[in-house]
Amino acid sequence: MATAASTEAMQLGQDGTLGQDDDGVQFLSFILADEYYGIDILRVQEIKGWTPVTRVPQTPEHMKGVLNLRGTVVPIIDMRMRFSLEEVEYTPLTVVIVMTVKSDSGERLVGIVVDAVSDVLNVGKDDIKPTPDFGDTVSTDFINGLASVDDKMVMLLDADKLFNVEELATEETLEQE
Amino acid sequence: MAIDISQFLQTFYEESFEGLDIMESGLLSLDSGSADSEVINDIFRAAHSIKGGSGTFGLNAVANFTHILESLLDEMRDGRRQVTKEGVNLLLESVDCLREMLTAAKENQELDTQRIADVHGRLEAMWGKSEEGASTPVTATDNSNTSTGQNADGWTIKFSPFPYILKTGNEPARMFKELRELGELTVAVNTDKVPDFPELDPDECFLAWTLTLDGNIERAAIEDVFSWIEEDCDLEITPIVSRSESDNQPAANTPAATGAATARTGGSSSSESASIRVGIDKVDSVINLVGELVITQSMLSTTGSAYPMLQAGLAQLERNTRELQEQVMRMRMLPVSFVFNRFPRLVHDISEKLGKKIELKMSGEQTELDKTVIEKVTDPLVHLIRNSLDHGIEMPEDRLAAGKPETGTVWLDAYHKGGNIIIEVRDDGKGIDKAVILEKAIERGLVDANTHLEDNQILDLIFQPGLSTAKEVSDLSGRGVGMDVVRRNMESLGGNVEIRSTMGEGSTLTVRLPLTLAILDGQTIEVGNENYIVPLISIIESTQIKPEMLNYVAGKGETFMLRDEYIPVIRLHEIFESKPRHTDITKGLLVVVEAEGKKTGLFVDDLLGQQQVVIKSLETNYKKVDGVSGATILGDGSIALILDVPGLVRLSQENRTDRLKLSA
Repeated sequence: MATAASTEAMQLGQDGTLGQDDDGVQFLSFILADEYYGIDILRVQEIKGWTPVTRVPQTPEHMKGVLNLRGTVVPIIDMRMRFSLEEVEYTPLTVVIVMTVKSDSGERLVGIVVDAVSDVLNVGKDDIKPTPDFGDTVSTDFINGLASVDDKMVMLLDADKLFNVEELATEETLEQE
Repeated sequence: MAIDISQFLQTFYEESFEGLDIMESGLLSLDSGSADSEVINDIFRAAHSIKGGSGTFGLNAVANFTHILESLLDEMRDGRRQVTKEGVNLLLESVDCLREMLTAAKENQELDTQRIADVHGRLEAMWGKSEEGASTPVTATDNSNTSTGQNADGWTIKFSPFPYILKTGNEPARMFKELRELGELTVAVNTDKVPDFPELDPDECFLAWTLTLDGNIERAAIEDVFSWIEEDCDLEITPIVSRSESDNQPAANTPAATGAATARTGGSSSSESASIRVGIDKVDSVINLVGELVITQSMLSTTGSAYPMLQAGLAQLERNTRELQEQVMRMRMLPVSFVFNRFPRLVHDISEKLGKKIELKMSGEQTELDKTVIEKVTDPLVHLIRNSLDHGIEMPEDRLAAGKPETGTVWLDAYHKGGNIIIEVRDDGKGIDKAVILEKAIERGLVDANTHLEDNQILDLIFQPGLSTAKEVSDLSGRGVGMDVVRRNMESLGGNVEIRSTMGEGSTLTVRLPLTLAILDGQTIEVGNENYIVPLISIIESTQIKPEMLNYVAGKGETFMLRDEYIPVIRLHEIFESKPRHTDITKGLLVVVEAEGKKTGLFVDDLLGQQQVVIKSLETNYKKVDGVSGATILGDGSIALILDVPGLVRLSQENRTDRLKLSA
């Protein structure tokens, strides 16, 4: 899969240099409407600039379409739309993070569109705080916890839950239509 | 230097099993009456390779067994033995024995030695019969008996290896040593071709030999020695016939024998089917890389258009990459005949066992299927065919009584339809008794006695676990594992199985397999600024229509009249919510497609090219999308979606009802 890196893509090794510290987890943080999110760096397959995708009809709006990633058809999800945030024009900074998502049916590749990638964070296990319960107003199922890094709050996403919830949301949206 | 040959063992097994398949299909085609020498040659060569390989790997039992098989085949090949039905059956049985022996060796399993000894014995008996029975040779070439037979006094062998012989790892001296074991050998070397010292390449062989081998030796034994290099040398084997015999036909013998040898050389080179074994993962990664190459290439051609010098080269590059891509995509595909080929044997054996007369008719063997699908579809198909043979086709007398031809027919058809690959197993047997099934299902508690079931629902019950209607359990079927497993296997491939049956007329089992991984001929269409692929197989025609052809059913349903047929229109841009160039139906084009037996017109902006595409599943990373059967990667690296025509039709019907409800 990761044999040929396209020019705009930056590759992060699954098991290579950016591994896991003994006492903590490394997260890739990204920005979405001035908020910071993090995902487990071991799940990140590659980061690439936004390129046009092929729209797939009969799918919810946040499903932007599919992209050819060296022969694999990868769905691309706009995270702003997914989280019902304000939509913005895509800029040169807009990136797609391609990551692996695990479910009962196996591993899948999903790309998410975010405003920008920020940093690689080392988060000690003890520094991860539980997500507060917002009741029904905000769904927090897919947030693993919160971490504070340099006075910023980073929401650590659970990729698997995010996209399994996503699938459910898709079904519902279709039914409503 | 010791070489660990066990690393080649796996390859040996694979090749041997393939060889056995070749022998089997060859024997079956002999069975149908044609004693084609080319076919016998193929069988012989397969047997010969197995013999050679098993000897190398120390499987002496297999080697011995194959040896006698080979001797029989050799006689058939030379026309000294007639190809009889009994002979073919025995040979088929020996193929089975060999397969068992090899499997046992491979898996370290116990072997039914009794049966093998029995078949071996019968083979020997048959072989022995020919030696005595040489007085009743059948074909016209029987005078070659002396030239090829066992009683020549000796042989002259003219052996001129091609210069590269040493590079193939063959050593003439070793062959002479082997020959010497057969009889007394005189070697005369011919050094005419040896060049002057400066031009002498020490890696090449410029020598030729004339060998004289005395003694009562079988020709086959000599050929054996040279068998590995028969394509790498000029070989002439002529018998030295004792004076008394040679008086009769001295001239005729020599050309006949050499003729046979050269014919064989020619034949074997053609059948050394040039194939190598490559792991499927390697092929897949090549496919992906070629995709990447195509993208790079199109990127270059956009930037390169500014430089006229570059353009010719880029055009060449484009042609080459296209070609490369096409070829690479074909690598994964195999014709479905890989599965079908085994069925004539199956039908032959089972019909004989059951005492039924059954003919198998196959079509669409060339339909290409992905290798992985082929592998998984084999066992379920075997099961379906067995069912047809066992339960479907009646005994000859029952058929006659029912006013049907004595010989039953089983059809096996493969074709593309509606973006699927369909394999149909059809028989003209007695059909399925729905009452019996229902009764059984109620008895087993699978359905409630009071529920009313439609006919097709009853038939569908045979896919339930634990329902077998066979009155007796035979070793063919009726063990209760069966149709449910078939259905499960097909569903795990993303396909399905359906059954139709009419009492007294026969049953049809339809296996529908998805396109995943398969190649498809597609027509690219344009709607707005988006491109989609319509499977060419479902397109009937494309047309532009005139306003007077249009009709509206109840003011809503748009239909048009095409040659006395009313065809409903689906506006793709409405279903896909895209912005079309044309909304006026007379401006765009109508692609008439057929889905589930019904015609529909797809309204599109334009038709673009036709091309063969590789289907990628959307489900791998996403999920099933209505109206879309998959995606493919176009030459420029972008993705186009492949339309699922039946799905679209359903979708538009739902949309229509929704709109009717809204407007109501």
